[in-house]
Amino acid sequence: MILGLVALCAPLGDTCLSRGMTKLAPISLAHPVTLIAAVFTPWIALGIALLIGFFASYLTALSWADLTFVLPATAFGNVIVALFARFWLHEAISLERWAGIALITLGVGFVAQGPSLTERPTAPRLEASSHALAVSDESLQEASRTEEALEVEPR
Amino acid sequence: MTNTSLWSAVAMIACVVVCSTIGEVLTAAAMKSIGDLDLIRAHSGLKGAIRAVVTCPLFFAGVTFLALAFFALLFALNHLNLSLVAPASASLTLVTNAIAGKFFLKENVDRRRWTAAVLVCIGVYLLAH
Repeated sequence: MILGLVALCAPLGDTCLSRGMTKLAPISLAHPVTLIAAVFTPWIALGIALLIGFFASYLTALSWADLTFVLPATAFGNVIVALFARFWLHEAISLERWAGIALITLGVGFVAQGPSLTERPTAPRLEASSHALAVSDESLQEASRTEEALEVEPR
Repeated sequence: MTNTSLWSAVAMIACVVVCSTIGEVLTAAAMKSIGDLDLIRAHSGLKGAIRAVVTCPLFFAGVTFLALAFFALLFALNHLNLSLVAPASASLTLVTNAIAGKFFLKENVDRRRWTAAVLVCIGVYLLAH
């Protein structure tokens, strides 16, 4: 599910960005501010929204899997977009592209058969997790302190 | 394509690939140091998970490089065709990430993962070219 979201949001976001950028006049390095202004045009804003969805799913996937597992697996999005173009938009797909689809599917199949995470000694990982949980505990303690403060306040 | 425009295209794509690889390696390292986000979310809710991510300095270093890669991509798309920039940067990034994952993140990039990275790299190039 998470890897599926990563695979769908990234190519759709890139397509929106491309559509938005080609509509703009050429931007030179002498005027970099125009590049920032481009962010607020509709197609680029939609592309950025999709890429934010991609990034949230991508971070979640990276928290429990290796980078070298996540990246090839999410490249399957290119295949989804190509098949979407062929069967819904009735676009023609050349022999080269069918070969590309076959290679990506084969590559994803290869990586998906192996383990998603490199085995490591448990101590550093537990330490890291306990750090994250300690950060979360702090927020819980703050919340309970706020609740206590609200209870003693006169109504 | 003239010599100058060829080298400027290579430089633009190289910028996207280098910034993207550094950003992804730093982000992956940050997420590994935080731990499983699903577990953190189950323990302390969505706010706790967001807080664990945004209090990690390594995450911000990664996001900075990913933002640089994003603006480099916008710049490249403004000068070059999508059919050149997208396959070249996507396929090269897969290979550079596999190398960086092995040397910097100490991931177990076995023969299976190398094969997958190369197959996907060629596949992305054929698909988007």
